Amino acid sequence: MKKDIEKIKKIDVQVVEDIAVGAALLGTGGGGDPYVGKLMAIQALQKNGPVELIDVENIPDDALVVPVAMMGAPTVLVEKVPSGKEIFKAFDNLQSFLGKEVYAVLPIEAGGVNSMIPIMVAAEKKLPLVDVDGMGRAFPELQMVTYHLYGVSATPMVLADEKGNSILLHTISNFWTESLARNATVVMGGSVMIAIYPMTGKDLKRAGIRNVISYSVQIGRVIREARKKGEDPIEALLEVTGGYMLFKGKISDVQRRTTGGFVRGEAHIDGIDQYKGEAMTINFQNENLIARRNGKVVATVPDLICTVDAHTALPITTEGLRYGQRVFIIGIPCDKKWRTEKGIETVGPRYFGYDVDYIPLEELNRG
Amino acid sequence: MEYRIGIDVGGTNTDAVLVNENMELIESVKVPTTKDVSSGIFEALNKVLDKSNIDRKKIKYAMLGTTHATNAIAERKRLCKTAIIRIGKPATEAIAPLVGWPKDLVEAVGNHYYLIAGGNEFDGREISPLDEDELGKIAKEIKGKVESVAVISVFSPVSNKHELRAKEILQEVLGEIPISLSHEIGSLGLLERENATVLNAALVEVARTTANSFKDALKREGLTEATVYLCQNDGTLMSIDYAMRYPILTIACGPTNSIRGAAFLSKLENALVLDVGGTTSDIGVISQGFPRESSIAVEIGGVRTNFRMPDLISLALGGGTIIREENGEIKVGPESVGYRITEEALVFGGKTITATDIAVRLGLAEVGSKEKVKDIPLEFAKRAHAKMQEMINEAIDKMKTSKEPQPLVLVGGGSIIVADEVHGVNEIVRPKNFGVANALGAAIAQVSGEIDRIYSLSDMSREAALNDAKQRAINEAIKAGANPESVDVVYVEDIPLAYLPGNAVRIRVKAAGNLI
Repeated sequence: MKKDIEKIKKIDVQVVEDIAVGAALLGTGGGGDPYVGKLMAIQALQKNGPVELIDVENIPDDALVVPVAMMGAPTVLVEKVPSGKEIFKAFDNLQSFLGKEVYAVLPIEAGGVNSMIPIMVAAEKKLPLVDVDGMGRAFPELQMVTYHLYGVSATPMVLADEKGNSILLHTISNFWTESLARNATVVMGGSVMIAIYPMTGKDLKRAGIRNVISYSVQIGRVIREARKKGEDPIEALLEVTGGYMLFKGKISDVQRRTTGGFVRGEAHIDGIDQYKGEAMTINFQNENLIARRNGKVVATVPDLICTVDAHTALPITTEGLRYGQRVFIIGIPCDKKWRTEKGIETVGPRYFGYDVDYIPLEELNRG
Repeated sequence: MEYRIGIDVGGTNTDAVLVNENMELIESVKVPTTKDVSSGIFEALNKVLDKSNIDRKKIKYAMLGTTHATNAIAERKRLCKTAIIRIGKPATEAIAPLVGWPKDLVEAVGNHYYLIAGGNEFDGREISPLDEDELGKIAKEIKGKVESVAVISVFSPVSNKHELRAKEILQEVLGEIPISLSHEIGSLGLLERENATVLNAALVEVARTTANSFKDALKREGLTEATVYLCQNDGTLMSIDYAMRYPILTIACGPTNSIRGAAFLSKLENALVLDVGGTTSDIGVISQGFPRESSIAVEIGGVRTNFRMPDLISLALGGGTIIREENGEIKVGPESVGYRITEEALVFGGKTITATDIAVRLGLAEVGSKEKVKDIPLEFAKRAHAKMQEMINEAIDKMKTSKEPQPLVLVGGGSIIVADEVHGVNEIVRPKNFGVANALGAAIAQVSGEIDRIYSLSDMSREAALNDAKQRAINEAIKAGANPESVDVVYVEDIPLAYLPGNAVRIRVKAAGNLI
């Protein structure tokens, strides 16, 4: 079982480093390189001081809260570094359209870049950050959030690019939002900033996944501390997440292809040590989706399938997978909100095109 | 018969070799590396020529692999004051140039940076037109204040037009000042490419003096017919003109030369290479005859960059590594007697037990006097050697890319300490002349061309994109001096870009060929 999460109250520069590692792990291979996002968050914190992290329970029911994020290709973001103003344009335009002060901001997902953007906004706008998100991991599409499961609309939302363009979207469904916003992102240059899913404190209490930021910090911290003390960071990671060791091996092949704007592919891993002679295959679409050991499914989306470096326990993104890396594959149970009929319909293996039933990680790895 | 000379500067020794046109080794020498690096190079050159006694006019090529650039960055010395011009505004304003650089290095290159409008999108469209007026103003402002310029435009690996135009405008005002363009230096990843481009610009003067003093030394020795090349870190060569434009590419050419030399000596196209020096060992991989490249961001002088580097694991184990017993446990290094091995090791009459002494005691190697190590207890020697071997086994395993056993080529003066059995290795090759594999690697090097760019597959097939990329790489190689008939594509990688429709793909290709 996963350890109780130690809630933190304040985000400073050291905490940002831990979040970057923890969120990249929860990103299950997606979310891109955190470097640019981390630099922006650190600059904002150095300029404005630490950010207050608040519990969902402390938000008034009628308060307005807004998730802020980057949308598009992380590979574009590392080349076309943001102006730093686009996220505030998205935020300000949405706020003025709604005609109501935003009480707090929050992340939409855990992952390299999108854990950092809300910290930067909170620091600059002097707003609290809510210890919550809509995935408890990372997913590739806008409707893949628990807010969607509870009927919260993604729109009105605002997309803004660095050139000064912004778009205010109203749609009839969250699927339309994904499709319109995705195409607008390409036209705007492949990487935009968004303010999305504006909702009340009451909705967030029902629909959000709680304490995710504290959880990221805790994951980043145990890995950092174990490495510093010369202890086994993998052991510490499994303990803090209640995760399952699914495999240890060496990547023997990675295949990638682009379909519908996403990188799909699979990684083949040959077992080492206690898994010698065995093989694992992982299917991914930006994020890791299905893990099979010797042909048998041992974990599927929405449960978390995390690839970490065998020595450092640092997470590896699907873009960073290379021949010859030695990795551990760790399975972590997803939030129970995903384990509902609508949850599995939205983010289960069949949504991603796999003819596989969702069976919880714990059942697949019993005994 | 025509000849070529190869010189490689290592941490302990500077090696020089003379080979003939059939690539047969005629002569080799080793001299200690000097603090200024250059005088060691001149001495090695002088000695190898003296020993060989051939007509110096028949030496057609002289190749130098040197550590001048690496040392200049490490010591923050002789670096050019550099203006940094980043094109992309309003994009990129969130993070200023030189963020994350060590303070003393920022001071060494000066803190002159400018952000101007321009740059491209991932598909080649303009973010905004290049602000030529602003560029003209900047040129006037920096005139006389800087010795070198670095120009970095957003998505220049996709479209280099703004960088090329910026160069024209700057040259109109500044004349023949060296200008480093980022699309020629690094790949996607603006901050890392910018860092590499600034380091490159700052190294221009170091490259110029290094190349000129080498040319002068060759003239003094009567090598009037020799064309001079510098080695780069992918195992290929640069002309002097090219090296003065891209000095950063010389960084880490030493280990690369060893890997290429090992490939040449063993005639293996795919193998692991263990290069054992006096203090450390490097393990690299030969893939299609070239060193495998590292896929992660690499730090140079404390700065994060993304230009290509060989994929290496370094190990604190060499011929001079000190072996001792502490509390009943055997310790291997990391201290080493280094170049003093010929005085301090037991086999040479010294008083320190080194890795070489252990190898001699166990009959694995014959150097110095076997008599002098007979007092090392056999049990101790066996345990020490097991430990050394364990270090090697582990490092080798880390570098392997498949479970299939692979051949291992042993080179470097210290490689005598390695036993004939290494885990996961099906064949150990100890080529003749293993001690000067690095200088041989320099002497036999080819020339290459490389491209790294993004293609949109909405209006062309993947096949067409790959072919276009290959042709561009081949053209680059020919431009660098390769014989068109000998050019081969040696490396191809394509990575689809995530989270976007429109099928953009990043393609990297390298082509290499023999010198004309």
